Amino acid sequence: MTGAPLIEVEDLRIDLDDGSRRVAAAEGISFRISRGETFGLVGESGCGKSITALALIGLLRPPLSIGGGVIRFEGREIQHLSAAKQRDLRGNRIAMIFQEPMTALNPVSPVGRQIAEMFVLHKGKSWREANQLAVEALASVRVPAPERRVNDYPHQLSGGMRQRVMIAIALACGPDLLIADEPTTALDVTVQAEIIELMRNLCAERGTAILMISHDLGLVANVCRRVAVMYAGRIVEERGSADIFRTPSHPYTQGLVASLPRLGSRAALGRTRLKEIAGVVPAITSFPDGCRFNPRCAHATDICRTVVPETDLLEAGGLVRCHHHA
Amino acid sequence: MKLRANLIIGGALFALAILVGLLAPWLAHTDPVMDANLLNAEEPPSWTWWFGTDDQGRDIYSRVVYGARVSLTVGIISQLINSIIGVALGLSAGYWGGWWDDVVNALTNLMLAIPSLIFALAIMAVLGPGLTSLLIALGLTNWSFTCRIARASALSLRSQGYVQAATVLGYGDLRIMMTQLLPNMLGPIVVIGTLGMGSAVLSEAALSFLGLGVRPPFPSWGSMLSEAREQITTAPWLSVFPGLAIFLTVLGLNLLGDGLRDILDPQSRSRRA
Repeated sequence: MTGAPLIEVEDLRIDLDDGSRRVAAAEGISFRISRGETFGLVGESGCGKSITALALIGLLRPPLSIGGGVIRFEGREIQHLSAAKQRDLRGNRIAMIFQEPMTALNPVSPVGRQIAEMFVLHKGKSWREANQLAVEALASVRVPAPERRVNDYPHQLSGGMRQRVMIAIALACGPDLLIADEPTTALDVTVQAEIIELMRNLCAERGTAILMISHDLGLVANVCRRVAVMYAGRIVEERGSADIFRTPSHPYTQGLVASLPRLGSRAALGRTRLKEIAGVVPAITSFPDGCRFNPRCAHATDICRTVVPETDLLEAGGLVRCHHHA
Repeated sequence: MKLRANLIIGGALFALAILVGLLAPWLAHTDPVMDANLLNAEEPPSWTWWFGTDDQGRDIYSRVVYGARVSLTVGIISQLINSIIGVALGLSAGYWGGWWDDVVNALTNLMLAIPSLIFALAIMAVLGPGLTSLLIALGLTNWSFTCRIARASALSLRSQGYVQAATVLGYGDLRIMMTQLLPNMLGPIVVIGTLGMGSAVLSEAALSFLGLGVRPPFPSWGSMLSEAREQITTAPWLSVFPGLAIFLTVLGLNLLGDGLRDILDPQSRSRRA
């Protein structure tokens, strides 16, 4: 790990209040991201990765709430900051881009104005200056003819262009951390690659750290230096992204890696079935005791069904939460 | 694009009413209040007296022309007050929810339960007759529909991606309401507003008819109708022309509202795009 952590999450617990009781939608979440680092959070739908991101920017809304743990941004605890101070952090120091570029832009406002608003809001610029900066911001995300495009409305742009605009808005104020929640899921594969490339280059140029959230292990490992895999509200493994493919340690990660189709492999040619992980993700209200993966795990023993595994340090570097890890 | 007859006719009628009100001093043949002359009392419509004269010999045409000022002032300003109150309450209630939403809902239900004209009458009774109290009374009693629409729109817009994105980007509540929610709900609000203007013109007529609006001898369409009541068999033109003016203005506003709904509907907008 290089340098002091930019953001540090320690034993974060997110509660879901369903009226009668509180259940932990995510717990024991710990990770740190250094300045300029790229970190990925991978997991299936409902594993708690998106709510973890929302917790970081202080946007959990009932029935969800932070049940415990600490979030530090530049060494300062931010989970109890006042609404105004959190607002000042959002967009300015921590920015976020979303999955759906179709709906994440205001349909009745020209895109240039939406970018310019960030400079007015967080940097106290006049609208005149801000509009000028918006053109530059659009140019930086390689939108052609930016001085004309600023006047376009979102519906006049393609999906890829809209996501470029979203990136321009998110990076407008030069944030220290960019949270990208499934940033390319709604896009064509070719556009996906361009957007990822653009995001990575811009962030590298500006020293912006990326927290990328996706269900796509391949994509995340491609973008990020380190990857954490989440399962049913817990981080089960955290590794360098090359290691996670070579020597996955947690049975769930092993299953994930095995179930990726590979070009040229027998499965991809249709001669054998693609590997899958047996069973389904447990519902949030009925998480099993012990290791939450135990009902689907081939190596599960009695201890897995009763005792929650601790996070162990791996010799090869990285963390794993399993009783029987290799 | 198909011809939008309702928009054009409605807009033309409303524009005509506004023009007549603005240009009243030039359009009127005589002073609507002072030029009474008993020698030509109750003249039927003719080339000299286009709309006839009343029992005091005043030119009905001139009085109808000046009456447009009162009706339109009341219609536009009171509906503006209604729209502002309705949007402010409905938007904030829908966006914030919680106890504030409950309070606004209770207030809206209360307003819907009491007939607005009765409520306006009560306010007029306290404030006394006159143009200002008319504006206040009508401006405070007709915001419930706007409020309902604004609240419903805010509720559905609140969960839109761009509103959440704005929160993430550090927008404050007020900024989100003004830049993200309001522009996106403006269509229905404008439509309700034009329809409301029509009903405000009618309410003004009703209140003036009851003697609570603009006081005679100054002309308003409602008070003219009220005065004409007793001569409706002997001098029907006294009630026909102010009635026609009310009818055409309200018709124009309703057609305009309909037409605006057609072009402001997001679905028809995306069809054009």
